[in-house]
Amino acid sequence: MSSGLPTPVPRPTLETAPFWEATAEGRLLLPCCDACGFVIWYPRMFCPECGSTAVHWNEASGAGTVYSYTVTRKGQGAYRDAGPYVMAYVELAEGPRVMTNIVGADPATVHIGQAVRVVFDDTGEGPALPRFTPA
Amino acid sequence: MPPVSIRGRACIAGVYEHPLREIPDRTVAQIHAEVALGALADAGLTLGDVDGYFCAGDAPGFGALSMAEYLGLRDLRYLDSTETGGSSYLIHIGHAAAAIAAGKCSVALVTLAGKPRTGGAQPGGSGAFGSAPEFAFESLWGPTVPGNYALAAQRHMYEFGTTSAQLAEIKVAASQHASHNPHAFLRDVVTVEEVLASPMVSDPLHRLDCCVITDGGGAVVVVSPEVARTLTRPVARILGHGEATKNTGNGRIDLTYTGAVWSGPRAFAEAGCTPADIDYASIYDSFTITVLITLEDLGFCERGRGGAFVADGGLLAPHGRLPFNTDGGGLCNNHPANRGGMTKVIEAVRQLRGEAHPAVQVPDCRLALAHGTGGALSTRMGSATLILGRDE
Ligand SMILES: [Zn+2]
Repeated sequence: MSSGLPTPVPRPTLETAPFWEATAEGRLLLPCCDACGFVIWYPRMFCPECGSTAVHWNEASGAGTVYSYTVTRKGQGAYRDAGPYVMAYVELAEGPRVMTNIVGADPATVHIGQAVRVVFDDTGEGPALPRFTPA
Repeated sequence: MPPVSIRGRACIAGVYEHPLREIPDRTVAQIHAEVALGALADAGLTLGDVDGYFCAGDAPGFGALSMAEYLGLRDLRYLDSTETGGSSYLIHIGHAAAAIAAGKCSVALVTLAGKPRTGGAQPGGSGAFGSAPEFAFESLWGPTVPGNYALAAQRHMYEFGTTSAQLAEIKVAASQHASHNPHAFLRDVVTVEEVLASPMVSDPLHRLDCCVITDGGGAVVVVSPEVARTLTRPVARILGHGEATKNTGNGRIDLTYTGAVWSGPRAFAEAGCTPADIDYASIYDSFTITVLITLEDLGFCERGRGGAFVADGGLLAPHGRLPFNTDGGGLCNNHPANRGGMTKVIEAVRQLRGEAHPAVQVPDCRLALAHGTGGALSTRMGSATLILGRDE
């Protein structure tokens, strides 16, 4: 899909390549600790809760709620001409609070506690950006 | 063995705030040198007396190594380039006090300088941001500096009913203080209505909820009690220091508090006092929300009650509940190099010396607190608290 927002292209690293490869297929992966079960964010091959390096990828449900948000009137960099856009923290059903955008909604209607679901904005170069839209 | 403490074992003997807010004709290194000389002169010392040097990411080139050479500091025994953004300088002063208490140095110089207003964006220490492991998982969604504070403000309003008018009271108090400061970048007194009518930058933060962007700099000289006894100007005794980091908490961030919940109690415990004992507070004010949450975290009011605490002139000098940022703070006076920690300490020292502007000087100011918040409220920050006492 395309939300109309800028789609800067992520640069996958040795640790995050599987995450970004999955976004190209419309799947949101979350790293989970084999040792303690913690769902880790941001993605890394290390569990910051228990120190384990045994981490595997689980597919997220894509469901979440808005934890906080702001309507940025003027962005910078790739977002310089994006006009008002919503930057937010969404709390995923699996636990992590992730920075993202709320798209497909009038910014004036976005609110804390709002149910949202993931959508993927194609960057045109493989990876897609996970964003969220009202459920 | 009793716990080792810096309490009373080091003093701030000299401070200097660059008087200009636009400095197009000098390099960042030149401004570092200018403020270094200013603070040393204020202390009654010279570059040749300095045996400890502290700077952060705003220092050009190879940081402390480049600046030590530029400044001609030949006999350095102690170096520290801790980088936590705008709170770095409070951490430096705490570290300098510890180094002095341990006998590692006796005259420590801390400098800050930068030119974000006329020199283009050169945010020191940011060269490696692009390689930070968290970078991709934030930058791709267009975060801005105001946006990274607005997220915290929005959540605070949701959980506690804090209002934009309450946040505006913080700017109003700062503007009243700045009206007495001839060097302040913004000297006009503003009203709550004017703050609320200023353009929305990133909901719920208006333009007048944001600090100024200024060139400038500042420096502090920390000395041992033995050195202090040879000097004539009044010193500020360093009684307590606390520092902490807070981050996204492995993806479970809580936006309603800052690292001050840890740095504050550490500083109060070392100083042996409580928030009720503080006569004057310099509170980091990158945005109005930074002040409000920090006041709660430091224990000046209950969690969630910051809005009521700052309302009705609560922060006004000299007679408010807690006189704050009497130079006008980052909101009106100065935010050199986009880093407000140094000027927080400098105004606290002015208050303890009785050298603040008479209109805002707190009578019989004995105990002052200075707090820095570097980084961003909505992601990761370095928090640092200093408690300073008047020369006795
Ligand atoms: Zn684990």
